[in-house]
Amino acid sequence: MHEDSIYIARNSAIAARALAGEMMVMNSADSTFFTLNEVATAIFQAADGKTPLSEIVRDHICEEFDVDPQQAQADARQFVNELSAHGILLVSSQPLELEKI
Amino acid sequence: MSLMSEVGQKAFNLGVPLAVHMDVTYRCNERCVHCYLDHDDHGEMTTREIKGVLDQLAEAGVFFLTFSGGEVFMRRDFFELVEHARRLMFNVKIKTNAVMIHEEEAQRIRKLGIDSIQISVYSHRPEVHDAITKLPHSFERTVRAIRFLRAQGLRVTIANVLMTSNSADHAGVQQLAADLDAQYTLDPTITPMMDGNTSVLSLRIPGEELPGIFHNPALVTNQEEFCAPPKPPSDEDLEGYSCSAGHSFCYISPYGDVFPCVQFPLPTGNVRQHKFLDIWNFSPQMKEVRSIQAKDLNVCSSCSHVGSCSRCPGLAYMEGNMRGPSTADCEKSFYRTGVPTANMLRQGLSKPRTTVPLIQIQPVAVSA
Repeated sequence: MHEDSIYIARNSAIAARALAGEMMVMNSADSTFFTLNEVATAIFQAADGKTPLSEIVRDHICEEFDVDPQQAQADARQFVNELSAHGILLVSSQPLELEKI
Repeated sequence: MSLMSEVGQKAFNLGVPLAVHMDVTYRCNERCVHCYLDHDDHGEMTTREIKGVLDQLAEAGVFFLTFSGGEVFMRRDFFELVEHARRLMFNVKIKTNAVMIHEEEAQRIRKLGIDSIQISVYSHRPEVHDAITKLPHSFERTVRAIRFLRAQGLRVTIANVLMTSNSADHAGVQQLAADLDAQYTLDPTITPMMDGNTSVLSLRIPGEELPGIFHNPALVTNQEEFCAPPKPPSDEDLEGYSCSAGHSFCYISPYGDVFPCVQFPLPTGNVRQHKFLDIWNFSPQMKEVRSIQAKDLNVCSSCSHVGSCSRCPGLAYMEGNMRGPSTADCEKSFYRTGVPTANMLRQGLSKPRTTVPLIQIQPVAVSA
């Protein structure tokens, strides 16, 4: 999938809370626990299912953290893949509806 | 140090209330012989009030939220409260006797993304369990509920409170937990009733029986290390704090009273009168609890167990002094290691006293 057509949304089964700028994330399905750094937290918080990953990286990462756009996109892809593998983020080539509780 | 421990330490250092235990009701459908609660409703928070408190807790940084009681399902709005909590992205745990959980409730709990459910089971023998809960067929209903929950893939922990009438049954309950693919936890703590009635303390298993538990490798992880004589306390031990109560953890009663812990009945404020964060940050009582380091403890600072004791400041407070010893923990330290505690030595005791006067949680007076 190209970055322009990658949409990410937070899994409704997870728990999350910010602690001193870092996001704690826990998946109730398997109790995996993560803390996300500031960059990953920004991506996680912007994962609304409607905004393409490329836009999230451009608007929330490159501008706020002053990083190289190409490197940022690559890092974001890797991050999304990792969290997707743990069921924290849902990934699709189409816009996603955020699951409602 | 695990990531979870690191996060816990960070919250502790920052004074963030990482975890909250909230009793949503003291009402219950069981009448357990050892229960310390008064099961009448003296003015529980409404659905709207609890939702408002949950909003405040999320804003305050609370991540781990335990709903307990009483029996949580005695509240008809319980699922509504859980839904609200999950929308706020808390990690939610539930403590329940589970007798009101059927297949439908189990499915709903799974869909809500609940982390885990802790369920009280007193014995693998139905007649012993039911005699403790005083609810006929409660064992059968509880075990059936555990099967429903496990069928949904939910994590279940069986909590086995030990007392005189079931002290021989822990192996049976442990086996039952294994058969049900549930976790098992054991607790020999019995506390006085809310009205100060200490008659339930007669149900405590005698201290002399504690070594049989502490020295049982089937019940205690790293049993040899757990029961080893205490190491000489380090400067770090003396600079340390008792536990997370008031530092990164607190308890909220069904009436909105905030305490440092469910086992620490020091009133610090009421969320019907004040914002949660104002109580958490500015209550003189919370500040006092946070200020106490091991070196400040009247007797325990000179105790050889100070670095490894499970001393509960709440139980110490119930004995009359939050800076004093908790006799129940002195007892555990002694029977765990065989080494007398400073509290015993100052009283010239060869074994700990097992019954001490304790006070229990009293509601904070709410002015009109």
